[in-house]
Amino acid sequence: MIVGLAFYLFAAVLLAAAAMVVLSRNPVHSVLYLILAFFNAAALFLIAGAELLAMTLVIVYVGAVAVLFLFVVMMLDIDFARLREGFQRYAPIGAVVGGILFLELLLVLGTWQFASEATALRAAPIQQGGLTNTEALGRILYTDYVYLFQLAGMILLVAMIGAIVLTHRQRPGTRRQSVAEQVARSNTISLEKVPVGVGVRALSIRRPPEPELEPRQLAPDPHGQGHGGHH
Amino acid sequence: MGGITEMEIGLAHYLTVGAILFVLGIFGIFLNRKNVIVILMSVELILLSVNLNFVAFSAKLQDLTGQVFALFVLTVAAAEAAIGLAIVVIYFRNRGSIEVEEISTLKG
Repeated sequence: MIVGLAFYLFAAVLLAAAAMVVLSRNPVHSVLYLILAFFNAAALFLIAGAELLAMTLVIVYVGAVAVLFLFVVMMLDIDFARLREGFQRYAPIGAVVGGILFLELLLVLGTWQFASEATALRAAPIQQGGLTNTEALGRILYTDYVYLFQLAGMILLVAMIGAIVLTHRQRPGTRRQSVAEQVARSNTISLEKVPVGVGVRALSIRRPPEPELEPRQLAPDPHGQGHGGHH
Repeated sequence: MGGITEMEIGLAHYLTVGAILFVLGIFGIFLNRKNVIVILMSVELILLSVNLNFVAFSAKLQDLTGQVFALFVLTVAAAEAAIGLAIVVIYFRNRGSIEVEEISTLKG
């Protein structure tokens, strides 16, 4: 009983949030509704017994993907009013296509049934008793599906490198640390034994002279990003 | 690990929710012709509905393979979101707009 009520509650909030993702005027609101939708979908996963997937959904989607969306939406300087211009124009065709698709899905849903040998064809049946969902998933994910698992990691690596390569830009005029130059300077460094209690002045070692101000530094920096200013 | 309790909530409930979510995602792609970011979010909704179906069948058949597949769908969706948003960012940097109708440079 309580499960049924929870299912209907979470499903209703999920669908309402998904509708608001699509319909809301402000993309920031869309992202926030997307986060709400993911939370409710995680609750539905929990009701179905997929605990690991529910937690993964919260961590990966809410924690990473939705925040990424939020970053991008807020980073881009978008004219929100202009984005809504074609809304009425495309609403009818969208409604028609969506309605046809929904009807087709309902038809499939109404006439479909399991094959008689479906339970015999299960690849990894859930054993009753003992194993938690996470443990059972780990047992098959790292054995039967280990190559696919590695491939998934590869896809994420490629996506990461691709995103960095795409968005990274080399700006002229920024000052970076040149490690090679620093390592290459050998004759300017020496070791001195300093007598205790006297200080380095006894060896007539002075502090290094103040570097002469280069004319580039004297020029006014309009953006105030003298060093390492890349973001 | 109870699975779907058989008294009220069955496979059909989950499939219906998944179907509505899928249609909402499709509707969003049609509706937001100006904003690529909302289209990417709609794709995320579609993938979420697919995951919902996988989990529902996994619980109904008591087979873990559906959850494994849902995990991989999650991975691909995360990679797709990252790459898509990166493309949006560099496109906005170059053109100053993310309107879908203006992204037709390759049309010739």
